[in-house]
Amino acid sequence: MSGLTRTLPDAAATEAVGMALAACLPEALTVTLAGDLGAGKTTLARAVLRGLGHTGAVRSPTYTLIEPYECGGRRVFHLDLYRLADPEELEFLGLRDLFERPAVVLVEWPERGAGVLPAPDLRLALDAGGTGRTLTVEACSEAGETALSALRAHLPD
Amino acid sequence: MRVLGIETSCDETGVAVHDSARGLLAHCLHSQIETHARYGGVVPELASRDHVRKLAPLIREALERAQTPRTALDGIAYTRGPGLAGALLVGAATARAMAFALDIPAVGVHHMEAHLLAPLLEADPPAFPFVALLVSGGHTMLVQVAGVGRYRLLGESLDDAAGEAFDKTAKLLGLGYPGGPAVERAARDGDPGRFRFPRPMTDRPGLDFSFSGLKTHTLNTARREGDAPQTVADIARAFQDAVIDTLAIKCRRALDETGVRRLVVAGGVGANAALRERLAEVARRRDARVHYPRIEFCTDNGAMVAHAGCLRLPGEGSRDDAFDIAPRWDLESLAPPGDAVTAPAAGASAPGAGSRG
Repeated sequence: MSGLTRTLPDAAATEAVGMALAACLPEALTVTLAGDLGAGKTTLARAVLRGLGHTGAVRSPTYTLIEPYECGGRRVFHLDLYRLADPEELEFLGLRDLFERPAVVLVEWPERGAGVLPAPDLRLALDAGGTGRTLTVEACSEAGETALSALRAHLPD
Repeated sequence: MRVLGIETSCDETGVAVHDSARGLLAHCLHSQIETHARYGGVVPELASRDHVRKLAPLIREALERAQTPRTALDGIAYTRGPGLAGALLVGAATARAMAFALDIPAVGVHHMEAHLLAPLLEADPPAFPFVALLVSGGHTMLVQVAGVGRYRLLGESLDDAAGEAFDKTAKLLGLGYPGGPAVERAARDGDPGRFRFPRPMTDRPGLDFSFSGLKTHTLNTARREGDAPQTVADIARAFQDAVIDTLAIKCRRALDETGVRRLVVAGGVGANAALRERLAEVARRRDARVHYPRIEFCTDNGAMVAHAGCLRLPGEGSRDDAFDIAPRWDLESLAPPGDAVTAPAAGASAPGAGSRG
């Protein structure tokens, strides 16, 4: 499976990636967003939601763990597993209900859900160094591969 | 009327007994922070499992302390939403089952309404109308309160809540948990002049907040400046000054725009001494007054739910054995007690929110 790496000098660059990614998403895709506190995961997720047509507030799901959205008839879920102590706790959030029908699922802190969270289609990682960020995108399924090719066309080297 | 109140919307299990004639008779709380300390820093399991374990003993304890046998209760109130679906279900199921067994009415109350009305539990309650600032780990909002059930949302956070920004900043600076008191402590030794952080969304009109950018600003500053104790204190100070300044500016605007002269502050961040000082100054200049619930009722608790239940039960209590929860529930959709209350259909907008009663 293939990948992509880009340098993001500022928050605007992170947002541009989110908007581009939104344009490449099929009806159902699970995307994980890894990276430390302040790396820009929520900024990216917010831009994806904006790109999908959401206009209201994008509240941080850190305390609610999950925020559902309806964007132009499609289901989108924004998860933040930061506070999860045990991946099994995902059961309490109704994780299974979530994957019953097609949905775009954006997951921050996916490592806290390891073993219970379904395998992602796309794996994104943001690495903070200095003031800029390094983004790596990795496709982990056929659907992820298709989305990644489309994303590559949106993000020239 | 004597009401048992049950709060299980997030991490805290709260139970209380409130009597509309005699006031608060007892309140008990099982908090995540205590568990945290007791188990030596192990993050506790997610709310629902903990609520299941803690709720029944807490109800027994609250009734004992209130010297109220179960049969002397006139009704039961529980938090119906907003909150975590699994956590809400524990409180709702327990309350409905107990009310059914006792053949008394139960009512599901709105968590944020309960917070807004908590200052009415104090000896010197604010009169209506007032402006309320709710600032906690999960919420940051300004609400105009014309009366019970008459709420207008003036502004809210578009991303991170203020308390969440404190928690994450504490984590970034290695200051420990809970973040609010940790940052406040560090900031006391900080030099207010060394760094200046932006005041998000204060340069344009409006009463909405945004705090996620401050977190990134903190991270970038910490990376650049290093982690010497004085530097950490200076960063904590700059961060806290920025949050407090932002909250104070928005409160000032809210008072000016509404012409209201009473400000109510609830939520965990309301315990911050520097914030209280700033808001006192804002109020003094406007001949306004700031009201706070006592510290233990700033955070989630059962007393506020029992109190809101006393107001809602007469018109809205029911003996249904079926129930639902509302993980997402718009505060502005509430009506004054006795009128029809609108709420989203169960499961309409949130996963796991189905009516399982």
